[in-house]
Amino acid sequence: MQFFGGSEISPSPPVPTASGNNGHMMYVFNRNGVCLLYREWNRPLRTLNAQQDHKLMFGLLFSLKSLTAKMDPTIAEKGNLGVPQLPGQGCSFHSFRTNTYKLSFMESPSGIKIILVTHPRTGDLRDSLKYIYNLYVEYVVKNPLYTPGSPIRCQLFNTTLDQYVRGIA
Amino acid sequence: MAAAIYSLYIINKSGGLIYYKDYGSAGRMDTNDSLRVASLWHSMHAISQQLSPVSGCSGIELLQADTFDLHCYQSLTGTKFFVVCEPGTQHMESLLKYIYELYTDYVLKNPFYEMEMPIRCELFDINLTQAVQKDRVAFLGR
Repeated sequence: MQFFGGSEISPSPPVPTASGNNGHMMYVFNRNGVCLLYREWNRPLRTLNAQQDHKLMFGLLFSLKSLTAKMDPTIAEKGNLGVPQLPGQGCSFHSFRTNTYKLSFMESPSGIKIILVTHPRTGDLRDSLKYIYNLYVEYVVKNPLYTPGSPIRCQLFNTTLDQYVRGIA
Repeated sequence: MAAAIYSLYIINKSGGLIYYKDYGSAGRMDTNDSLRVASLWHSMHAISQQLSPVSGCSGIELLQADTFDLHCYQSLTGTKFFVVCEPGTQHMESLLKYIYELYTDYVLKNPFYEMEMPIRCELFDINLTQAVQKDRVAFLGR
């Protein structure tokens, strides 16, 4: 897996693909669908309460993943639509774009899902999401006071994340 | 210059599949699966509008998966056209708009066509086959 390749623990951040405060919000889900982290920087429109919003987002990602796994035009045997799949199994997706936002998505082998919502004109953020995953490993997983599966409350992680996202998007 | 299109779907405003054409993806989908995938896309499109951080969202236009790109165009009446193509294929927006034109000309203007029902129009098929050929798609970008 590329996440564990190389000897560097925390590689240098990738080159920014856009400049200015274009980041809207970010979600981190674990493999059970629990929202570990929700950050928002610029969100004028809110149609649902926070909990419903997180559920809807997780549901969207889950269904889109089963859709892409079923649609994959390069593999003949794809199984049935909607059958739950393990992380890394089947064809996944890395981003989608609407006229008002772009959503970038990454899933780690352990099932941690990182979602970043930015301006629709932002470039490819796959490397940035991997860097954010590294931040998560450094500041959250290695924090002895953090219980896995509980919402993330690490001051240092939040500030580093804020700083980084302001730089990339 | 790769411009391989794997498949084309047209779904009506309530999410029912009215046209599906496969252009050579591995393991062609059966009728039931194509109907399920089409209505699933309809719902995902609607949910993506609800999750928008700013107002005025009109749904997913491009989905980038590991092995394909999905481009979607929604007409003002709610009919959705989407193509599955190789990652990084160019001119798909203009191809979809052109397919919409063909749809209005050869399907909607056909007096025997019933609205929201599966499309069975020979002229539409013929013109569509020509439109998705590689050189024609490249021509749309000019």
